[in-house]
Amino acid sequence: MNFFYGTKHALKNINLSIPVNAVTALIGPSGCGKTTLLRCLNRMHDLYQGNRYEGRILLLPENLNIIGSDVDPMEMRLRVGMVFQKPNPFPKSIFDNVAFGLRLKGITSRSEIAGRVEESLKAAALWEEVKDRLKEGAYALSGGQQQRLCIARALAPEPELLLFDEPTSALDPASTSRIEDLVYQLKDRLTILIVTHNMQQAARVSDQTVFFFHGEIIEANKTSTIFEHPREELTAKYLTGQFG
Amino acid sequence: MSGTAALIALRKRQDRWFAILGLACTLVGVVTLAVLLSGLISDGYQRLFDPAFYNSFPSRHAAKAGILSPLVGSLLLALITIVLAVPLGVAAGVYLEEYAARNWLTTIIEINIANLAGVPSIIFGLLALGLLIYGLGMPRSTLVGGIALGLLVLPIVIVTTREALRAIPQGIREAAYALGATKWQVVQHHLLPYSMGGIATGTIIAMSRALGESAPLMTIGAVTFITFLPPAPVQSNPPFVNFEWLNSEFTAMPIQMFNWISRPQAEFNSLAASAGIVLIALTLSLNAAAIVLRYRLRQRIKW
Ligand SMILES: Nc1ncnc2c1ncn2[C@@H]1O[C@H](COP(=O)(O)OP(=O)(O)OP(=O)(O)O)[C@@H](O)[C@H]1O
Ligand SMILES: [Mg+2]
Repeated sequence: MNFFYGTKHALKNINLSIPVNAVTALIGPSGCGKTTLLRCLNRMHDLYQGNRYEGRILLLPENLNIIGSDVDPMEMRLRVGMVFQKPNPFPKSIFDNVAFGLRLKGITSRSEIAGRVEESLKAAALWEEVKDRLKEGAYALSGGQQQRLCIARALAPEPELLLFDEPTSALDPASTSRIEDLVYQLKDRLTILIVTHNMQQAARVSDQTVFFFHGEIIEANKTSTIFEHPREELTAKYLTGQFG
Repeated sequence: MSGTAALIALRKRQDRWFAILGLACTLVGVVTLAVLLSGLISDGYQRLFDPAFYNSFPSRHAAKAGILSPLVGSLLLALITIVLAVPLGVAAGVYLEEYAARNWLTTIIEINIANLAGVPSIIFGLLALGLLIYGLGMPRSTLVGGIALGLLVLPIVIVTTREALRAIPQGIREAAYALGATKWQVVQHHLLPYSMGGIATGTIIAMSRALGESAPLMTIGAVTFITFLPPAPVQSNPPFVNFEWLNSEFTAMPIQMFNWISRPQAEFNSLAASAGIVLIALTLSLNAAAIVLRYRLRQRIKW
């Protein structure tokens, strides 16, 4: 597939398969198009004028073209969750933050909402810290807690695919390792794509790694293969920190 | 070396001079306001403490005259203004900020709204007179006055709504959209609640602007000598609400003041001063409320 910001050709001839129930890491220097690819998968680009997709992103097994013009972006966003680089909780209570996605799915039963809020907060390893203050504002939480809240918010509607855009770039090492553990555990339940600038992180959490450069995929392979025996010289240079 | 020292001394002197000049300019405004206010107060303070001043109608006898009908008139006008301007202004602001595509049509609309804010208020009176009274045959009523004022303050509400919306970080919108929300759900559950403070501030400022307006009301034909109150909006028998007051003749504080000032007797002039103090107190307290609201909200939601 291809993607254009107006006339800027940001993703060029992307051809990639993403395994289910596995973690795929997207790496590459700044400005190479990682975020752009991620935002194609939940049709975030449709929010802004002038953006254009070309080609297909097929969701298997039903063969649904995610970027097809006949596919409602809203439907994709209900099925694909996203965690942003900067924690962006709503200025509402902790409970309402997680419950919002459930309400959007049309769930009205209070007990079901409460149950799934608790479940999601537990899955995001935040429950113990907030169970007594669910009614408090989300802005009272620390940055790391806010990011885990955003993960809980994304998990609550049970997406099939979860997108992480540098979820730990604003966090301290302790919060980072908690979120990495989370990502690792979550892959039993869903498929994960994670953008990261941290090579160790990619190596730790992912099964497949994709290396991007100037809007193109240079190399995509099993994480262990890419890190130990990169096929391309460019990949090797990037992994060893010679540029980027 | 001494050249440099002299230069620095010269520049410091210039600095000091400008500070003095600036202070003087600032004081011109403050002192004028103080003189005006103190003049008003010394002219009008006596009647302020007389309860009869607030619950008497205007009268031929200055000693018996009060501001009951203009005060009620002003409050009713403000009510109509807000009921009209807030829903229209908020809807227009949300549309322009969140829905409208960036194209030439939107640009033209935006320029027009900006210009609308600068249109002299009497033009709104002419508009209401021509369109509503001559065109549609409506009476010279509270409702028409309220419509004119509502249109007058509409740009204020639109602009403050847009500013409040623009202050909400894009990340919040994206978070809501990413969960599958429609545009309306984002507006309803997020943008409107988070911009409520800014919108309320704009509403209060619009109201205090409307309270002080006289030109459009005179154009429409406000009456300066009303010795009755409009029919009460609530009644004891069903259907309990009564909209007769909308069609009633009307007056307002600035109109009444105008009338009193134009009379030769000094007693009436000091009545105008008393009414002026009441009007200033009303608008100042509205503005104070707006400031407090803005301050409190800024503390509560910081992006
Ligand atoms: N809204 C936009 N309009 C036009 N060009 C854009 C826009 N967003 C990104 N780009 C361009 O597209 C390219 C890819 O950007 P993208 O944000 O996907 O990079 P990235 O790989 O996520 O980088 P980083 O690691 O810095 O986050 C960049 O050259 C960028 O300048
Ligand atoms: Mg990025």
